[in-house]
Amino acid sequence: MAPAVLIEQLQKRYGTVDAVKDVSFEVAPGQIFGLLGPNGAGKTTTLRCLCSLTTPDSGKIEVSGISVLEHPRAARQLLGYVAQEVALDKVLTGKEMLELQAALYHIPSAEIGVRVKNAIELLSLEEFAANKTGTYSGGIRKRLDLAAGLLHQPAVLVLDEPTVGLDIESRVVIWDFLRQLRDQGTTILMTSHYLEEVDALADNVAIVDQGKVIAEGSPSTLKDQVGGDRITLRIREFTSDDEAQKAKSMTAEMPFVQDVIINGAQGNSLNLVVTPQSDALLTIQQALKEAGLPVFGIAQSRPSLDDVYLAATGQTLMDAEMAASGKRDAKKERKQNMR
Amino acid sequence: MTTTIDPKNSTPSVPSQAELLATPGIVSSEFIQETLALTRRLFIQLKRRPTTLIAGVIQPLMWLVLFGALFQNVPEGLFGVSQSYGQFLCAGVIVFTAFSGALNAGLPVMFDREFGFLNRLLVAPLASRFSIVLASAIFITTLSLIQTVAIIITSVFLGAGLPGIAGLGIVALIVLMLVLGVTALSLGLSFALPGHIELLAVIFVTNLPLLFASTALVPLAFMPTWLQYVSSLNPLSFAIEPIRYLYLHSDWTFASIVMDAPWGSVSLGGALVLLAAFDAIALFSIQRLLYRRLS
Repeated sequence: MAPAVLIEQLQKRYGTVDAVKDVSFEVAPGQIFGLLGPNGAGKTTTLRCLCSLTTPDSGKIEVSGISVLEHPRAARQLLGYVAQEVALDKVLTGKEMLELQAALYHIPSAEIGVRVKNAIELLSLEEFAANKTGTYSGGIRKRLDLAAGLLHQPAVLVLDEPTVGLDIESRVVIWDFLRQLRDQGTTILMTSHYLEEVDALADNVAIVDQGKVIAEGSPSTLKDQVGGDRITLRIREFTSDDEAQKAKSMTAEMPFVQDVIINGAQGNSLNLVVTPQSDALLTIQQALKEAGLPVFGIAQSRPSLDDVYLAATGQTLMDAEMAASGKRDAKKERKQNMR
Repeated sequence: MTTTIDPKNSTPSVPSQAELLATPGIVSSEFIQETLALTRRLFIQLKRRPTTLIAGVIQPLMWLVLFGALFQNVPEGLFGVSQSYGQFLCAGVIVFTAFSGALNAGLPVMFDREFGFLNRLLVAPLASRFSIVLASAIFITTLSLIQTVAIIITSVFLGAGLPGIAGLGIVALIVLMLVLGVTALSLGLSFALPGHIELLAVIFVTNLPLLFASTALVPLAFMPTWLQYVSSLNPLSFAIEPIRYLYLHSDWTFASIVMDAPWGSVSLGGALVLLAAFDAIALFSIQRLLYRRLS
């Protein structure tokens, strides 16, 4: 059976900027696949190429064995795309939006009524369906957009940052919904820059950084591969550079410590990679006490997807995010995405 | 949100390979379905926000009443065979109104581009993306016809008279032909320009100069020679002059001379041919652009 989505050596340049340098991954039918990476890593561009909104410079893209570049219209029939920014016609009601969408996907007129009604029920939009979409909150807009993306029962649902900017409650509701959808056979390809979202949902994940896939596998495999335990140590709530440096050189000498970095984004806390051993926390606390350093907080945990990212790129996802947000030109990107 | 999903509603349907690869094109029920749906959207917008239509009907009537009154006391004969300036002006207002409406046709498309709504249409498996353009054209044409009817009825009360049934048919045809060409150009601009600010600027810059450099407000004979050349080559004049002629002569034929341009005389049939040529040029010039943007 052909993979639901196959992307090979995808490349896309905008002027002098490589939005996507080398992205390859495969999504098996019936799974949730997550593209994880900081803003600006090339996730959205990858999805836009998949949905034939952007033509890549090179690479191979297939949906269920059909080439998107050769047969874009066939691929569009198989895909349901829910963009990051929900574009609704604010003068239309939710129901009218869905009816328009149904006609654009050529659902037979006789069936449109039933399908729209089902989609409204599926996403519990009954009380909103008759209102203009201009009155909707962010969560309701997203739900309507999801309903629209599912109307034609696509084989592959493509979601770009499905829960960005939503409250926790809407987020959990959408997570549950996506899991059920997957359990009924829909393949879901989603991007996210939320670690916990990908960790909670994805069967498989590709971590993307600066236009390249840097790791791929199931979240648990990736975490196991990184190995070791993680200790987060905070000398003070906001530790001075001197103290952080001192603690770093102290702990780095301990036999069970494999690596130490100072995390500037979190008030100079120390992130340690250690060989799993039971008295690590105690040993560190003891040593710090002898050196006259206080301990604001210390915790040991198994590696997370962030550690996978950290191991591959040398910085945490949050740091990458902060660095990227300064470099991005939102206006320019909007122009690029205008057709 | 429900926690149970009826499987028969959400199981992905798997179309056959042949079904998937078929391309319906513009002669298909799919094309009609999507065009109707897109047109319906524009009319729902109009119904919920009728301000544009109301203003679009009132504005030309104000032209007729106020601008008409401005030159009411002009000595008879100065404006050719027209009995009053109001009668003279009527054809100009019909054409100018249709022209301004059509010039704005690209604005909704531009906003769809800017707000990302167009992306929603472009990821859908449309039979042909020409339906996006066609829906706008149908919408603008209908609006123009509503405006034209309002102007024609009002001018009856202002003493401009009324052409016969066949004459009215030709008036409608002329309006449609002008609207088609101008709508095409405006839709082309809405894809060529970077944003609505630029589109509005182009509309602003073209609108009034094209009005003044046409025979809408004064006859050709009234103008300096250089302007006569400009005016008689302005597509607006190709539409205004035959309509004016139809208003004044019930005994028209397609051979009747409707415009004495400095470069030659134009018959009613000739004006229609010129308008058809204008449409052809407009459609041809946007075709490549739309093809590039929409494929």
